[in-house]
Amino acid sequence: MAEFRTCPETGLKIERNAENLIKWNVGIAVALLAVGGLFGLLMALTRWPSVHLLPADFYYRFLTLHGIDALLAWVLFFEMGLIYFTSVVILNSRAVCPRISWLAFGLMLVGGVLINIVVLLGKADVMFTSYVPLRADPLYYIGVILFAVGALIVFILFFANIINARREGAYDGTLPLGTFGLLAASIIGVVTLLHGAVIMIPTLLWSMGILPSLDASVYRLIFWGLGHPSQQINVCAMVAVWYMTAYLVMGAKPVNEKVSRTAFVLYILFINVASEHHLLVDPALSTWHKIVNTSYVMHLAVFASMIHAFCVPASFESTLREKGYTAGAFEWLKKVPWGNPAFSAVALSIVIFGFLGGITGVVFGTEQFNMIRHNTFAIPGHFHGTVVGGTTLAFMGFTYLMLPTIFRRKLILEGWAKAQPYVFGIGVSILSIGMMAAGSFGVPRRHWDITFAGASFPYAFDPSIDVFMTMVGLGGVLAAAGGVMYIVVALGSIFKGEKVA
Amino acid sequence: MALEKPEKDWWKPLTKDERIWIAVALVWMLISFFYMPYAHIAGSQNPPDETYRVSPEQFSSLVDAMVEKYQVGEEQGVPVVHPDPSEPVYLKSSMWEWYPILELEKGKTYRIHLSSVDIQHGFSLLPLNLNLMVLPGYDYVMEITPMESGEYHIVCNEYCGLGHHLMVGKLYVR
Ligand code: HEM
Ligand SMILES: [Cu+2]
Ligand SMILES: [Cu+2]
Repeated sequence: MAEFRTCPETGLKIERNAENLIKWNVGIAVALLAVGGLFGLLMALTRWPSVHLLPADFYYRFLTLHGIDALLAWVLFFEMGLIYFTSVVILNSRAVCPRISWLAFGLMLVGGVLINIVVLLGKADVMFTSYVPLRADPLYYIGVILFAVGALIVFILFFANIINARREGAYDGTLPLGTFGLLAASIIGVVTLLHGAVIMIPTLLWSMGILPSLDASVYRLIFWGLGHPSQQINVCAMVAVWYMTAYLVMGAKPVNEKVSRTAFVLYILFINVASEHHLLVDPALSTWHKIVNTSYVMHLAVFASMIHAFCVPASFESTLREKGYTAGAFEWLKKVPWGNPAFSAVALSIVIFGFLGGITGVVFGTEQFNMIRHNTFAIPGHFHGTVVGGTTLAFMGFTYLMLPTIFRRKLILEGWAKAQPYVFGIGVSILSIGMMAAGSFGVPRRHWDITFAGASFPYAFDPSIDVFMTMVGLGGVLAAAGGVMYIVVALGSIFKGEKVA
Repeated sequence: MALEKPEKDWWKPLTKDERIWIAVALVWMLISFFYMPYAHIAGSQNPPDETYRVSPEQFSSLVDAMVEKYQVGEEQGVPVVHPDPSEPVYLKSSMWEWYPILELEKGKTYRIHLSSVDIQHGFSLLPLNLNLMVLPGYDYVMEITPMESGEYHIVCNEYCGLGHHLMVGKLYVR
């Protein structure tokens, strides 16, 4: 029988199973961010020329794990928490098939741990992209498959949960916008992970010697059919968090549900095909194929992001104007709760995602620009704007709301929490700008030594890149400091925070 | 409301500022869309679009034949080759070397065939900053006309194992 309690702050009816599932998924996400973030710091300290911390083999090994633990594990585990939050908790409903939910959690955890062990043992220095025919130990691919199957089960459970909620009369009519955003994420998630199966299973068989060979270009095409849309899962989840935070922090409701929902539908329709911007300077695909795939459809998805980027701040403004802050054009802007970390995280997330991540994404995704940016340091510069400054920061902010409602703990170190989004946001911005500037000189990504010491024909970069590589180092240290503050507040509150009713 | 179901009639007409923003955003997107095919047709610098399948053995023998015919020198054990612009030019990538060193003439147009004989590599021509993927099994044909003489480097910018950061080649334009 489902057990419920009522949250005194939000009035939500929270079911026991759902609560525990969210706690564990989010808790593990935070722990894995700590691991992934530590590797990120080590990367930044290695690419900072005057520090150049790690030896080459550890740099490549930890870079592989940084991609896995930060991008795959932290983000997806947190999203699993959001799935239960939006498909169960905010519908005041119960989690269906809790056993299967726990099984999925277990698969993801076992898969993630397995990947980490195999890579740490030095058996899979292949980067998270594992481009064939660079070969990893079969256990690496098994880890990836277990993790992906677990995530796929949870995406499917999202649908089961909302169907059940409707059948049991927990809601009628239209889904709340937050749930709608995760619905878009789950649809994309299922499509994406099917791509994953299509490519990872043959790759496993190839690594075991059962399949004789795999085509490098086919691998890239299908891998990015997995890899790109999964970034769109992150975008949908992030935008849903923007809307939900606006409501939870200041009661702001979307100005026009029709507009916001249509924008989510645009994501579902157009995003799945934009994956070829990773392949713009690849052989094998024709130009027109690439142009239709990357530009036409992608720009309609960008259009959707531009709509959200208007709607969320508009909801802040209209709410505050209703409260009477109507003097001049900008009085409302002074009255938004800049000191509330959940809110400031979302505000910074919108700005960093749009200006650092979004604009550069559109630019680097054009055919001709791509030729002067592909695989340079500018590319991680772009995605530390989207998935770190955007998604990660928004999720960090949302954790501060989940701590009292789901974990039933007060925040410890509130002062730290207040400063945290700013420290992390500024750090990531410096990191990302440094990367992009260095990339514009052709500095490669995933590269241990850009002085090429020991190479037969060393190349000397323009000395001005030292400034930008130092920005990477300093920005990385600042971002890591913001990351530590987050982890201390989150884990500290979970274990030591004062209990709330 | 993001956590509650919307009011009954949420399919509302747009307000004026919503309509303006959506129109601006849509026009902006359409311009950036049409710009890409436009630049492809009107511009002179596009990623190459010509590919063939080639096996590592076939490609290696084509490279060797070119080296034998046109070698003019050697640096650090790597042959320097001065090929004829009317013939195909080959550049081979392998862990962790670009082979051979090409010597091109300014103002002449060459068809350079890129391929890998082992795993994936990244062709990054510096200081020009021109980047292309090099995949095993595929021959990627880049047609270029060097405009400035000098010494160029080719850095590998796709991770290709422990020697990745040592994989630097050279290219001359005379
Ligand atoms: C403390 C914060 C962070 C710092 C200092 C940091 C720094 C870095 C650095 C320096 C690189 C290496 C780029 C290279 O050498 O090619 C990198 C790569 C990367 N980072 Fe981060 N990062 C941070 C957080 C994150 C987070 C939270 C995510 C994901 C949500 C993330 C995702 C990635 C990915 C996917 C790569 C590319 C790995 C690859 O090329 O295989 N990073 N990061
Ligand atoms: Cu290489
Ligand atoms: Cu390489």
